[in-house]
Amino acid sequence: MNLAKLIADIQNVDPEFEDRISPRRSVIKNMAQMGANVALAALPLAFGSLLNKAYGQTEADVNDVLNFALTFEYLEAWFYNQGLLQANLIPNADKAYFTAIAAHENEHVSFLKSALGSNAVPSPKFDLTAKGVFEDVLSNYDTYLAVANALEDTGVRAYKGQLVKLMGNQIILTAAMQIHSVEARHASAIRYLRMNRGVNISPWITGSATVFNDTGIAAFNANYIGENNLVQAGIDITTLKGLNGTVSSSTAVEAFDEPMDKASVLNILSLFTA
Amino acid sequence: MYKQKPETPPGGIARRKFLGFIAAGAAISAVGFNSCTKDPTRIVYNDHVDLGVGDIAILNLAYVIEQLEAAFYTRVVASPYANMSNTERVLLTDIRDHEVAHREFFKSALNGNAVGALTPNFGTINFADRGSVLAAAKSFEDLGLTAYNGSAYLFKKSDYLLLAGKIVSVEARHAALIDNLISPASFADSLMINNNGLDAAKSPQEVVPLINSMLKDTKVIAPDLGIY
Repeated sequence: MNLAKLIADIQNVDPEFEDRISPRRSVIKNMAQMGANVALAALPLAFGSLLNKAYGQTEADVNDVLNFALTFEYLEAWFYNQGLLQANLIPNADKAYFTAIAAHENEHVSFLKSALGSNAVPSPKFDLTAKGVFEDVLSNYDTYLAVANALEDTGVRAYKGQLVKLMGNQIILTAAMQIHSVEARHASAIRYLRMNRGVNISPWITGSATVFNDTGIAAFNANYIGENNLVQAGIDITTLKGLNGTVSSSTAVEAFDEPMDKASVLNILSLFTA
Repeated sequence: MYKQKPETPPGGIARRKFLGFIAAGAAISAVGFNSCTKDPTRIVYNDHVDLGVGDIAILNLAYVIEQLEAAFYTRVVASPYANMSNTERVLLTDIRDHEVAHREFFKSALNGNAVGALTPNFGTINFADRGSVLAAAKSFEDLGLTAYNGSAYLFKKSDYLLLAGKIVSVEARHAALIDNLISPASFADSLMINNNGLDAAKSPQEVVPLINSMLKDTKVIAPDLGIY
C-alpha cells in the first residue's frame, strides 16, 4: 500500500480531506515515516483509524458495521463456492450467472477484510442446510435457487439497515452503497432464473398489505418481515396518483425495498452456522 | 460572498465552475445569495431550474431522474417495440409503475420544494426497436443507480439517506433485469462493477450534465452543489 498515493487519491475525491485532518497533520507525517518500518499488514488499520478521526466516527462503530457485513459475505461466498463445486447442481446454461455472483461475493470478502485489517473477524463454519431445513440445498437446483433468492434479498436488507450508521463517512458509506446495489443486482438475477423455471416470482419483491414474503416459502418468513411496508416518509404510497387511479399495493411494495436491523439479520445468519 | 460550506461536494470543481460563472458575467448576486441562504425558494431562469439547497437539491436530482424514467417507460409500454414478448411486457409495465410511484413520491415528499415537470428529450431512441429501447433502458437504470450511489453521502438527514437506499436497490433490480434481457448473465457488466465487486457511483457533478442531455428546453442547475 502506497500511503502517500492513497491520501492523494482521497484528496481527489474529497479536497477537504486535508482540512479535516489538518490539526493532525503530524499524524500523517508520523504515519508516512513509520510506513517504512511497520509491517504492511498494520497499515490498513492505522489508516482506518486516521479516516475515522477525519470523519468523526469511532473506529469501533465503523468496524462493527464492516465486520457484520463481512460475516454475511462469508456466508454468501461459501454458499456460491460450494454450489459451483457440486458436479450436478447448476445447469450449464446458468453457470455464467453463478460464476459472476461468486466472484463478487469473494471480492466483497477480500475488500472488507482489507479495509478491516487485523480487526477482521474470522469466518464462522457454515451449515447450508440451515440445520436440515433445506436438506437438499446442494443437490436440488430449485432448492439452491430458493435459498439464494432469500439470501440475496436479505443481504440487500442487511446493508440497507447499516447505511445510516455510516453517515458522515463518505468513503465507507459510498462503498456500502456500491456493495448494496450489487447484492440487489444478484437478487434480481436469481429471481429471474427462478422465473424462467416457472416459479411465480418477479425480479423485485412484491406483496400486498397482507403478503410480505413473496417467495411463498414459510421457512423464509423471517427474511421478509416488514417488506410489505406501504408508507414511506409518512406518505401512504397507495394514495399517490398512478397511471390508472392510485398506485396499487403491489407496486407500492415493489417500488421500495425495506431495511433489516442487525439483530434480525444475525438471527437468520445463525440458522446457517454450524 | 462565496464561502466553502461543509455540504459543498468535491470542492475543486465547485470553485472552478464558480469562477467560470463569474467570468461569464451572469447573475452573480442572485446565485451567490441562493447558495448562501437556507431559504428554499429557488431561482428559476428562462431555460434552467435550480434544484435547491442541501438535501432538497439531492432529492430534486432524484426526482428529475424518476421523471425521466417514468416518462420513458410510459412511452415504452404505450407503444411496444416489435415482437415484445408477454413476459417482457409484464416486466416493463412493472418497472413503469415503480418509476411512476417514485416520481409521485418525490413530488409529494418535496411538496413546495419540488421542481416542476420537465420535458424529456428521447430524440435518438427508436421506440419500435427492441435493441434501441433496451439500450436506452439500461442507460436510464445505470444513471439512476450511479446517481443514488454517488450522492448518498451528501444527505444531512438520515431519513433521506434511508429512502435513497430503499429506492436504489429497486433501480439495481431493474438494471440487472434489463441487462439480462439484453444478454443473459450480463447483469454484472464489468463497465459498472469493478474488481472489488463494487457497483459504479457518480457524483451530482457528473450526473447533472447527463440528465441535461436528456432534457428538452428547461435544464437543471444546482448552484448549491457547484453545478451551473
